[in-house]
Formats: sequence, structure tokens, C-alpha cells
Amino acid sequence: MEHLNKTYPGGKVAVEDFNLEIEKGEFVCFIGTSGSGKTTTMRMINRMLSQTSGTIKLEGQDIGQMDPVKLRRKIGYVIQNIGLMPHMTIRDNITMVPKLLKWPQDKMNERAKEMIKLVELPEDYLDRYPSELSGGQQQRIGVVRALAANQDLVLMDEPFGALDPITREALQDLVKDLQERLGKTFVFVTHDMDEALKLSTRIVVMDGGKIMQVDTPDGILRHPANEFVENLIGKDRLIQARPSITTVGQVMLKSPIATTPGKSLTAALRLMHDKRVDSLLVTDEAGILKGMIGIEDVDYSFNSATSVDDIMKRDIFYVQSNSLIRDTVERILKRGFKNIPVVDDQHRLVGIVTRATLVDIVYDALWGDEEEDEESDNIHHGEDTTKAKANDQTGAEGGDQQ
Amino acid sequence: MITFLQTYGTQLLMKTWQHIYISAIALALGIIVAVPLGILLTRVKKIANVVMAIASMLQTIPAMALLALMIPFFGIGAIPAIVALFIYSLLPILRNTYLGMEDVEPSLIDAAKGMGLTGWQSIIKVEVPMAAPVIMSGIRLSATYVIAWAALASYIGAGGLGDFIFNGLNLYRTDLILGGSIPVIILALIVDWLLGKLEAVVTPRTSQA
Ligand SMILES: Nc1ncnc2c1ncn2[C@@H]1O[C@H](COP(=O)(O)OP(=O)(O)OP(=O)(O)O)[C@@H](O)[C@H]1O
Ligand SMILES: [Mg+2]
Repeated sequence: MEHLNKTYPGGKVAVEDFNLEIEKGEFVCFIGTSGSGKTTTMRMINRMLSQTSGTIKLEGQDIGQMDPVKLRRKIGYVIQNIGLMPHMTIRDNITMVPKLLKWPQDKMNERAKEMIKLVELPEDYLDRYPSELSGGQQQRIGVVRALAANQDLVLMDEPFGALDPITREALQDLVKDLQERLGKTFVFVTHDMDEALKLSTRIVVMDGGKIMQVDTPDGILRHPANEFVENLIGKDRLIQARPSITTVGQVMLKSPIATTPGKSLTAALRLMHDKRVDSLLVTDEAGILKGMIGIEDVDYSFNSATSVDDIMKRDIFYVQSNSLIRDTVERILKRGFKNIPVVDDQHRLVGIVTRATLVDIVYDALWGDEEEDEESDNIHHGEDTTKAKANDQTGAEGGDQQ
Repeated sequence: MITFLQTYGTQLLMKTWQHIYISAIALALGIIVAVPLGILLTRVKKIANVVMAIASMLQTIPAMALLALMIPFFGIGAIPAIVALFIYSLLPILRNTYLGMEDVEPSLIDAAKGMGLTGWQSIIKVEVPMAAPVIMSGIRLSATYVIAWAALASYIGAGGLGDFIFNGLNLYRTDLILGGSIPVIILALIVDWLLGKLEAVVTPRTSQA
């Protein structure tokens, strides 16, 4: 979208110089106060509204040059009021666009079944009418109706606003899953910051028809562009932000000291000495985490064993780099581990979390609010200090690590 | 009663048939014109008020006057009667069609458009089915009017059950008056009942049971 403007007849400027590039597979949330132009912007994408000036391109093609009807059949559209046709069965509702595209009957039936499975409703619901479904079930159908014709882009305007929190959460999980698993691109209008933070790959904060900030949820929380964005996020969230949305990967020390199973104990001991650490992580040649050895093991077995392989502890506690600090901090603290290796999804060693790192996190979470103005500095500061302690993998106390 | 039927039985059947025939054609024309016109008006709302005003005005012309007015254009017989009744049938159908269409949940129309239905497809697949019950009740109302007014059509030589009534009035024969008016009433009731059934049929299902 380039330099998009929309002025309603009567002179109301609803959208002003809106520029945004959305990548395939993104989940973009528009958030902002009422009347900030979210709906207007979204409806220009499928030409439900035409812009006063500016261009919108879909896969490089100016949508202004496309047939609006064909365009809309390619773009899923979900509205708050659901908009299921009350006089059509669920099956007919789901296959509305495929029918417009003149799919053969059996393919449509197939698709209807597939879609209802996707939202985990029983197949015999296909013959029901919308009034025979609960609001949440109806909106599930509303969501898959927008996907039934293989639309790659789905527009949603406050689709879950009217649902109770539990149903809303289930549907949020559904759309997030669709985006992640099927690679669909979503443009999602919401009022609810929690929803935006949970779903988005990027959030577009709007006010008065203008973009205030475009960033990842993390980026928005860490560096709100201005006071408006800060207020929209709310103080509570800013305070909680760090432990709640930071991943382990973001706080870990990135170059843990590691050795391989084949190394001799002498070599391992020398490494510990050189790096001034009291334990070593053990990985194979491919970097896959295999275990850990501590100085006490070396000391105890130096005469009886020869290689790292002989003495390393294999059954060790580790965390995934993409897991949230919020979820892991407590676990780590409770078990009293000092150093926790961090692995990626292929089980490769990518970092280490030390108790010093955790101290910083907890400190920020508890005291960060008293230093509001330094909030963002703090975050950087935190990283810097942990880096400075990189050599402190050992900690002075030694010994008690596993 | 028996003797009445013996004397006038065949005539009664014939007149009833004429009555139905005149009414049905007038009503059919009314539907053909007023339903599309009503739909059209929802697309061009600016002229909707003007058109409605004209239709209401036509409705206020006294039936006799309207019938008499037809004579210079169409002479006498069934045709001027059909034209006059057709004009009468317009307003209820037009108004109900317009209101019914206007009443369709805007979010449904929005959803339909957003999914890529053309304006025409939206009308056929979404708006008309949703508005069908309201349109049908307009048609029912018109049907009752038309059948009742058709009795006056005999005044300009269109035939129908009105012939009995007018004869009876001329000859002070109560049996003829009743013999004409009772079938008109029965006819109106039956047609209304049938159209009621039809209304139920065209009302789209919104649940399985
Ligand atoms: N059809 C219209 N005619 C004139 N002005 C309009 C029209 N639709 C919206 N507006 C105005 O344009 C501005 C943006 O409206 P829009 O619906 O895009 O806001 P929004 O961000 O979606 O708000 P909400 O969160 O309440 O849905 C508002 O000031 C609104 O009053
Ligand atoms: Mg809106």
C-alpha cells in the first residue's frame, strides 16, 4: 500500500498517507482507537471502498486494475457480525465462493468436509443452519468460509469482538494456527491489544487515519514510538512485557563453552581453565547437545576415565530458545539450576542461561516500573551486563550445578 | 339456495372463472412490474420516494373513477378492467418489496459483496430470499384487493362475479346480490389461504426441523 488516502464524501479524512508492505504469511493487526481508520483501510484492500488517492498492490499488481468481483473472490473476508447466510446450510455457506468459482459439486463437498474438520466440528453440522450453531461455532464457520476457495489473504474486521473470552481465545488459536501452518496472510483489525500481541507478526498502530507505529509485538512493547502507543499498550503491559514476551533466545548468552564427547579429560580441564568456567556443555560434531560435565566430575574421575564421553551427565535439563521466559523462569528458579543450556528446535546447542541472567530479568520485572523513563534503556542495559558476565558461566560458588 | 344453483349454476361457474381470470392476470402483471421495480428502487434510493408517492397517489383514485378512466383508453371489456386492477395491485407489492429489501441485514449484504458476489447475485441469492416473506405478504394483500375490486369490473363490461351483484342491485334481487358477493368473499379467503401457504414455502428455511 502506497500513499494511501481516503477522504469520505463530506470531507472526513479517514486515512492519510498510509504506507505499508505486507509479506506473504504475515499476520498483521491494525489496532487503534475507534475511528482511527482501521476498517476503512482494510476495506480498501478488497475494494469494498475505493481510495481517494494512492495505490494498493497485491502480488505486484495494482488492484485498481483488477475486476473487483474477481479480486474479492481471491481474498477471504470475515466481519464482526459473522455474516453467515441464515437461509443456507453450513455446507452452502462454506462453499459460497467455490460455488461462485464454479467448482464441481464433489470438489465442493470435499472441501466443506475438510473445512469443518479444520475447525473441529462434527461433519453432520454441514446440514445445519447457522441459527442452530452457537455464536462461537458460527464464527468458526465464518473463518473457514473465508478460506474455502484457497484464499491466501484473509481480511478480518474485529471478528472475535462479540465472543466470550474462552471462545475468543480458541478462535485466536485457530487463526494463528492457520497462519502458521497453512502460510495464509492475515490482515486483522482489533481493539484488543492482548489479541494483537498474541496474534501478530507485526502490529500497525493507527490514530486519526495515520500510522503511529509498525513493528513486531516485541518491538512495540520494547520501544513504543510515542505516548499514544504507550497509552494504547498500557502501563501494565509495559511492565510485564519483558518476562512475558521475551523468549529465552533473546536473553541467553550466545556462545556457551562446549566440548565434544571424544575429547580427553585433560583437554576439557584445560578448556575450563582457559575460559575460567567450572562446567562444560558437551555437543557432538553437529552441535547437538549431548550432555554436560562439571569440574567436580573431572576431579572425581580424572584417574579412572579418559574421555569426556565417559563422565558426562547425559540426562540434563535444558530449554528451547523460542520458549518464553515467562514460562521458563519459574521452572529454572525452582529447580535451583545454575546454568541451563538452550537448544534450538533441532536440539542444537545455541546458548546458555545463567543465574545472573535470571536475576536481571526478575529485577527488571519487579523494579522496572519505578524507572519508567529508563524503561527502554534498562532493557539494553540488562543485555549489556549479562554479556559482561559471559565469562562468569561458572559463578563463584561452583559445584552445585546439577 | 338449491334453486338458485339450479338456475344460475353454470353461469356462476363461468362468472367465477372470469373473475379469477381477470384478477389473476392483473395480479400477475402487478407482481411482474412491482417486484423488480421495488428491487430497483433499493438501488436508486433517490427516486424511490418519488415512485412511491406516485404509486400511493394511484391507489387513492376511487375504484369507480379509475375504471371509468380506462374506457377512453381501452374501451370496455376485460382489458381496461385488468389494467385498472393492475394499477391497484402495484402499491402494496411495491412497498413491501422495497421495505423487505431495505430490511435485509446490511452485514449480510456486506458479507455477500465481500465474498465476491456480483450485485445481481447478491440480489438473487441473498436479498430476495431474505425479503421473500415480506414481499409475499405484499402480494397477499394485493391479491385480496384485486379480487374485491374485480367485482366492480363488471361495471365496464369485464364480466366476473360483479355481474351478479350489479344485476341484483338493478333488479332488487337479494339472492343475486348474495350469489355474487359470497363467492367473491370465499374466493378472496381461499386465495389468501393459498398464498399464505406459498409464503411459507418461499420463506427460506433457517433450521433443519
Ligand atoms: N461511510 C462513511 N462516511 C463518512 N465518514 C465515515 C464513513 N465510514 C467511516 N467514516 C469515518 O472515517 C473515520 C474512520 O472510520 P473507520 O470505520 O475506518 O474507523 P475504525 O478505525 O474502523 O473504527 P472502529 O474501531 O470504531 O471500528 C471515522 O472518523 C468515521 O467516522
Ligand atoms: Mg472498524
